[in-house]
Amino acid sequence: MEMLSGAQMVIRTLEDLGVDKLFGYPGGGVLHIYDALLESSKIKHILVRHEQGASHMADGYARATGKVGCVLVTSGPGATNVITGIATAYADSIPMVVLTGQVATTLIGSDAFQEVDMLGISRPIVKHSFLCKKATDIPEYIRKAFYIASTGRPGPVVVDIPKDAQNPQLKFPYNPVPLSEISMRSYNPTTVGHRGQVKRATRMVVEAKRPILYIGGGVVASEASAKVYDLAHRFNIPVVTTLMAIGAFPGSDELSLGMLGMHGTYAANMAMHNSDLIIALGARFDDRVTNNISKFCPEARIIHVDIDPSSISKCVEVDVPIVGNVNTVLDQLNEAIREIETNGGIDSQKMKADSEGWWKLINGFRQAHPLEYASDVTPGLLHPAKVVEEVYKASKGDAIVVTDVGQHQMFAALYYPLEKPRRFLSSGGLGTMGYGFPAAIGAKIANPDSEVVCFTGDGSFQMNLQELAVCLQYNVPVKVIIINNRSLGMVKQWQMMFYNGRQSESYMDAVPDFVKLAESYGQVGLRVNNESELSDVLAKAFSIHDKTVVVDIIADPDSRVYPMQIGGGSMADMFLSKTERT
Amino acid sequence: MKHIISVLLENEAGALSRVVGLFSQRGFNIESLTVAPTEDDTLSRMTIVTCCDDDEVEQITKQLHKLIDVLKVFDLADSGHIEREIMLAKVRANTRDLRDEVKSISDIFHGQIVDLTPDLYTIQVIGSSDELNNFLTAISQAVDIVEIIRSGVCGISQGERSLRP
Repeated sequence: MEMLSGAQMVIRTLEDLGVDKLFGYPGGGVLHIYDALLESSKIKHILVRHEQGASHMADGYARATGKVGCVLVTSGPGATNVITGIATAYADSIPMVVLTGQVATTLIGSDAFQEVDMLGISRPIVKHSFLCKKATDIPEYIRKAFYIASTGRPGPVVVDIPKDAQNPQLKFPYNPVPLSEISMRSYNPTTVGHRGQVKRATRMVVEAKRPILYIGGGVVASEASAKVYDLAHRFNIPVVTTLMAIGAFPGSDELSLGMLGMHGTYAANMAMHNSDLIIALGARFDDRVTNNISKFCPEARIIHVDIDPSSISKCVEVDVPIVGNVNTVLDQLNEAIREIETNGGIDSQKMKADSEGWWKLINGFRQAHPLEYASDVTPGLLHPAKVVEEVYKASKGDAIVVTDVGQHQMFAALYYPLEKPRRFLSSGGLGTMGYGFPAAIGAKIANPDSEVVCFTGDGSFQMNLQELAVCLQYNVPVKVIIINNRSLGMVKQWQMMFYNGRQSESYMDAVPDFVKLAESYGQVGLRVNNESELSDVLAKAFSIHDKTVVVDIIADPDSRVYPMQIGGGSMADMFLSKTERT
Repeated sequence: MKHIISVLLENEAGALSRVVGLFSQRGFNIESLTVAPTEDDTLSRMTIVTCCDDDEVEQITKQLHKLIDVLKVFDLADSGHIEREIMLAKVRANTRDLRDEVKSISDIFHGQIVDLTPDLYTIQVIGSSDELNNFLTAISQAVDIVEIIRSGVCGISQGERSLRP
């Protein structure tokens, strides 16, 4: 039997699990593992410039591929620096395994150099965590970590590996169980929906007069887009997507009403509010979706399909809870529909008439307040939505879109329709500024042949711009579109609207020269000063394929994102522009 | 309303801190918590007493179940169950009258005197939380309490129902 050291077991286990990209940063606590990494020809390591960057890159890689993203960092500060990335992945249910070095077991608890209680610090933001006290724990725990991260409701898992467990001098037999044979008596996620509940749900779907599909990240995670498409088109059901599900239903489809929620479209929010049946698939009734829960969709009954039982009836009481994988449950639902159909239980005349009435109402919403920004344009200044529209054209609507957090994120979500899942990557739950650029690098490394566009702001970009060095070192060409308003735009929008215009610390009067910055990292920097330059500069940017292009676009500092739900109201209560409200 | 949640979980380092962390992280309160290994020493059995409404206990149960180490969770208070708690009470009994009084109260509650000095009696009482509360009220009216310690509740279902892996 093959004899390996703990450090070698780490690398071999990752290889056996099919890990081809590892995002990390070496340090004292993981030196043995980095030494063993030199022997690997299967794993490509990406050396980041700050561990937070590694965690977001692995996250972007995971979102773009559906595979588990993998991170390797040292103990102490290396470990604490990935906390924001772990929390980001946890909030959005992204599969990720984070390997952290730890001081030797003999030193744990002694306040040793670069010692932190990583399991303790990360506990509330991981799906699970392991401490490998012995080298022989390593193959089992890393396998379990991948199994847990990628099954059920996905999420990040931390594996903490003390330095003595990695000892290169001590070798042990390497004899792991295959991933397919891993089982844990305490962990068996339910994937198949309860038959009786599926039946009830099916009846409600065929009887509803004003049904709506409210889809979330679970549709992406369970690869259920095609089935959602079929269900929607079979009964002409309108579809609204959360930020996490953008692209899971084609944005240009006639049944798509776009994003719902705080900055959702008027049609999406009004359709939710007026529906009589909400079919929630892998979505969790987040407060950024529902607005005031007590006023939430008063006439709607709710079917909620989610793999996590604790997401069901957590925020909003639902009528038919179905615990299961969205993909599997949609198969069950289809079968149940066929059954009802063969038994003559579907009154297609009535359904058609109901649907026509429902769409008449919805089309009224669409016409009353289509998505528009013209009313918010300051003459002579560039509106962020215009930038997104032009980037859409320049990228032929076919890019993987990654965003940071703030106004630009909402403009991208509203004005860059995506047709396929895993092509809109954004920190939804945690709202992590600084996420976008490293995540874009991760997505590009996963998909070298796809165009990857990162929409960011001057605020967000400055939180992780050091990763330009990764673009230089590994030749990762992404497009960074900085919507530069010399402000923290979303903070300012709230201050203007709810703090009597008192702009506390939301203006940045010292913004660096992003063009020179890009150049200093050997990349291309371009600037757009006004609207007349926009399309030409973007055309130039999108003609460059061998380098990262940072496009610094000087935009209106006073633009606002509309629609915007009115706090405390229902989904139907929205500000529609600076002067108009529902 | 009082809920007594019984949890069967892996007897592993970190499992307890995950449970306790969950309660503080999600703003649930814990009135008492007891934990010890079962007849299978790879498993621990925990009893958590919490006061909350039914919606909240549903969330607590679901969140506990979501922890990877947890095998089984149920609310004992939903059906017939036995709950027991142990209390050790050290009281000042420095006269013959007081000692007699302590002895008779402790007999009523089936308590035992487990330690004594010329001035102090230590009484062990086992029962439901309510019984212990009643004992405490009675004894505190008779003598000065020096200190008490309670184990927290451990509970088990009546009849066939059981919490097994």
